[in-house]
Amino acid sequence: MALSLDEVRRIAALARLRLSPEEETRLAGELSAILDYVRQLEELDVSGVEPMTHALAAGETPFREDVLLPCLPPEEALANAPARAGSCFQVPRILE
Amino acid sequence: MSGWQLVIGLEVHAQLLTRSKIFCGCPTTFGAEPNAHVCPVCLGMPGVLPALNRQVVEFAVRTGLALGCAIQEKSVFARKNYFYPDLPKGYQVSQYELPICQGGEVEFALDGAERRVRLTRIHMEEDAGKNLHGVAADGSSGVDLNRAGVPLLEIVSEPDIRSIDEAVEYLKALRAVLMYLGVNDGNLEEGSFRCDANVSVMPVGSTVLGTRCEIKNMNSFRFLRQAIEYEMRRQVEILEGGGKIVQETRLFDPQRGETRSMRSKEEAHDYRYFPEPDLPPVRVPAAWIEEARRALPELPRARAARYQRDLGLSAYDAAVLTADRRTAEFFDAALVARGGGAEAAKRIANLINGEVARLANEAGSGAPQGKLAPAALAGVVRLVDEGVIGGPGVRQVIEELFREGGDPQAIVAARGLAQVSDESAVEAAADAVIAASPDEVARYRAGNAKLLGFLVGQVMKGMKGKGNPAVVNAVLRRKLGSP
Repeated sequence: MALSLDEVRRIAALARLRLSPEEETRLAGELSAILDYVRQLEELDVSGVEPMTHALAAGETPFREDVLLPCLPPEEALANAPARAGSCFQVPRILE
Repeated sequence: MSGWQLVIGLEVHAQLLTRSKIFCGCPTTFGAEPNAHVCPVCLGMPGVLPALNRQVVEFAVRTGLALGCAIQEKSVFARKNYFYPDLPKGYQVSQYELPICQGGEVEFALDGAERRVRLTRIHMEEDAGKNLHGVAADGSSGVDLNRAGVPLLEIVSEPDIRSIDEAVEYLKALRAVLMYLGVNDGNLEEGSFRCDANVSVMPVGSTVLGTRCEIKNMNSFRFLRQAIEYEMRRQVEILEGGGKIVQETRLFDPQRGETRSMRSKEEAHDYRYFPEPDLPPVRVPAAWIEEARRALPELPRARAARYQRDLGLSAYDAAVLTADRRTAEFFDAALVARGGGAEAAKRIANLINGEVARLANEAGSGAPQGKLAPAALAGVVRLVDEGVIGGPGVRQVIEELFREGGDPQAIVAARGLAQVSDESAVEAAADAVIAASPDEVARYRAGNAKLLGFLVGQVMKGMKGKGNPAVVNAVLRRKLGSP
């Protein structure tokens, strides 16, 4: 199945990727090949099989009790921030 | 806007009253220094794994049971992918195809009629952080991730709502249930009970829903009314002008009282959901559900029905008393302290829904009874029953109890609020009024019975309002004879 260039551009935009025209063409081919490979599964009859969301999905759900654990000090939380304003992460102006 | 039917569906985001966040041990409390309640998990650092808070699932099950939902034995968390500065991982962990609760309904009364609004679903998810605008001189925004990872329930209604009043009553009823269950604090202003509205219009009589717009940012019932009213007018004007509604997210601007398109959300509607690989499916054992069902508290509507049935309260009084669980519990405690049945219940209800509600309204939200204790209110009712204080005295005592607390009897003594029931004092005041008003007395005796009220008023005035009205009435009738 061939993925169109427009579809590739849309996926790239949603993932915030900037692609050159050559990359778009190359990725259209690669993504199409991946889809074709996975498509082989359509040959199987899976009617009556419950959709699987996880490989390790049997048994009881592991839970955490509702107890507090230590947080990071704000200094450490912000240590990797490219820019900060007070104890906030600073980002370009957000328009809503 | 005649000829058009308003159609509303509501999405409520209710912050759950857990101590810690949904996937990590950071606190959920409001108002800390920015980024003081964060850890590698809620910051979205590489290589971390979420661990589901059991209390979140318990609260979701409790809520679903109270609203008549089908609790799903298996539900699945999913990643909702979009980019926004307040979303550190680049996706929100939510539930999509398999939410924990399906169906259900919210019941309430509207203009005396019973209404039911169906629920589509209830699911668990994490909150995003908070953006702070203009934190730096260049207009940059700041991001505080304290709220990122705070657990939410999203409660989605069907588009069953047909008027703004109905939307408000739906929200009030839902909020009351969540507060009764102890899963949410119901605070609209602080954003722990938030509401988005899907609004559309269609020609009256049509069954085909129009294109809807989603309205965000309504943090009070008043704003909700304004926003929906504005949005309905906007859509009708477009349609009547021959235009088409574009499905979009719109932000309510409380300053202007209007909604405007949120450009930032427009392209983000392709969320590419997929099952969260880091969290296995949530399995809720049947025994757990049964235990939660047994532990459900009495809900507001059941409580209101009981007040009407067992205590003879009016539908109005019962509804007002039960809207807030704290008020209902206060009422119960005051009634126990006073003892007695329907008579005492009616008096206590009147004081709570009248004087106390007025004071709470003046004081602003927070403490619906101020410093007034249930036993103190029972004491006030006792003083009224014993004829110690009358209307004006009751108001003053309750006001002081509300603001300062204390003992009603001591306040009555300290402020000299006791009314005068002593017959000789009343007789002296009555004699003075009879002597000073020969004309009115003569007309009363000649058959103008209405003048008794005037004469009672004069006696009360002479006694500086402290005469016991019943005693004043009796003494005057005796002295004046039959009209």
